[in-house]
Amino acid sequence: MTFEQVVVYLISAVMLVSAALVVTMRNPVKAVLSLVLTFFSAASLWITLEAEFLAISLVLVYVGAVMVLFLFVVMMLDINQAELRAGFTNYLPLGGVVAVLMVVEIILVLKGREYSGLQLASEQLRGPGYSNTRELGAIIYTHYIYPFEIVGFVLLVAIVGSIALTFRRRTVSRYQKPSVQIHTTKAERLRVVKMTTQRVDLTTPEEFVPTTPIQTTPTQKAEEEST
Amino acid sequence: MIDWFLTLWNSLPDWLQIGVWNLLKIIVVVLPLMICVAYLTYAERKIIGYMQVRIGPNRVGPRGWLQPIADALKLMMKEIVLPTRSDRFLFLLAPVLSLGPALAAWAVIPFTDKLVIANIDAGLLYVLALTSVGVYGIIVAGWASNSKYAFLGAMRSAAQIVAYEIAMGFALVGVLMVAGSLNLVQIVQHQAGGLHQWFMWPLFPLFIVYFISGVAETNRAPFDVAEGESEIIGFHVEYSGMAFAVFFLAEYANMILIAALTSIMFLGGWYSPIGAYLPTALLDIPVIGWLLGDGVHWLLIKISIVLFFFLWLRATYPRYRYDQIMRLGWKVLIPVTLIWVVVIGMVKFFTPFGFIMS
Repeated sequence: MTFEQVVVYLISAVMLVSAALVVTMRNPVKAVLSLVLTFFSAASLWITLEAEFLAISLVLVYVGAVMVLFLFVVMMLDINQAELRAGFTNYLPLGGVVAVLMVVEIILVLKGREYSGLQLASEQLRGPGYSNTRELGAIIYTHYIYPFEIVGFVLLVAIVGSIALTFRRRTVSRYQKPSVQIHTTKAERLRVVKMTTQRVDLTTPEEFVPTTPIQTTPTQKAEEEST
Repeated sequence: MIDWFLTLWNSLPDWLQIGVWNLLKIIVVVLPLMICVAYLTYAERKIIGYMQVRIGPNRVGPRGWLQPIADALKLMMKEIVLPTRSDRFLFLLAPVLSLGPALAAWAVIPFTDKLVIANIDAGLLYVLALTSVGVYGIIVAGWASNSKYAFLGAMRSAAQIVAYEIAMGFALVGVLMVAGSLNLVQIVQHQAGGLHQWFMWPLFPLFIVYFISGVAETNRAPFDVAEGESEIIGFHVEYSGMAFAVFFLAEYANMILIAALTSIMFLGGWYSPIGAYLPTALLDIPVIGWLLGDGVHWLLIKISIVLFFFLWLRATYPRYRYDQIMRLGWKVLIPVTLIWVVVIGMVKFFTPFGFIMS
């Protein structure tokens, strides 16, 4: 067994264990974190197949963005474990059928192409000059340009649609307008108040006796007199 | 002695040789990085101190030079308090999750065209992917602490980081459009030929956006709501001792990483700003020529200047309010980058500048 094969088997083992943990973990947050680990191991496997662009975009898109939002949602939810487990026996037949179907499909695909494991994959490895990014870019932007553009447009429609469905301007809440706030001027916020001064003789610190009587305005005088 | 060492080395199996060699390369990068992180904290306190007409740390060692070591020792001696009913495993995993990507991204940073651990073709994507993984440390820390304050702080910081990642990614899209490559070495080589060739001139708006997003991404002032002394909501409120220190190690390692990336993408990497204008005879003089010509020292100088800007910002601006942070990210920075990406595309396609660029 070569070094590469050891690495591949190691990563595959991590991936299988973490994928199993996604299903068996009791805590939903930990299940999501196991899913993140699964994605990460899948990306590592792709790197061993010299598909570094796919691997890095898997990490960038799924691990870096999608799963973060997933975690946000799952952390906020108050999930009742007992309620979730209540329907287990009801769903078991349907789930079992789906699982068996998927296993059968995988077996058919692997048998049909005379798949012979890791040896086949390692024979196809390109030389050091091979760039997965360049190859993918060349084929996406020439041969598959229309499907690529359509996929991009579908995503844009999804974004606009989701915003249009969820965004409603609530009439009761009051908004702050930062653009108005940051364009404020000194004249709006700052008021310089003229105060009457009093002189304190600092040479005798024991008792602060004003050397001159406090200058009082006529209105203050009137207030003092009334009290 | 050397002969014995060589025979020992040659007798090792192939995979072990590769492993040991790569391990050595990693140590050569990470060890100085850790020392830089320690002394960046010292530099920060000194520089901000002088900006605010204070002296800064000057008690431990001559002129306070041993202050970071004293700080590290203090943090190591402290107890790591585990909150009751917190998730032990995730609580201790979170600091590692935030430090790991900050260090792993250095694998593709080219110090010169030869001095790079892994010169991979999709280097720029790798850096983007790893900086986006760093957010897990924050989310997991907030959740595992089992505290409302930590959780709210984590949500806030994570939303901020995810928002600014988009502006950052688009700023880098401009860079890769002009350079025509995702390989960091090639991106720098595209900026050869003196100061006027640097990408910061044709991509000036993106340069500014990238720097601002970098500051926000590393949770530095004026975007440091994560730390927020005035409102005790931060993802690391429950952390103490070394676990807390690891978060700050990650923050400072990320700062240096962002500074390095800014230097590589926009400031010409290891190229000398003046070397290209000087006569070649001058560059052949042993020491002066080496100093004026291209080399790793220019990259280090550029990184230091960008880091100085980080510290300067912290000493100058008050903290942003949270809704202002979100507005700046989504409504100002992202539109600027989108427009400039279109401008670059037009320039490349329609004008003769396009041939100069590519």
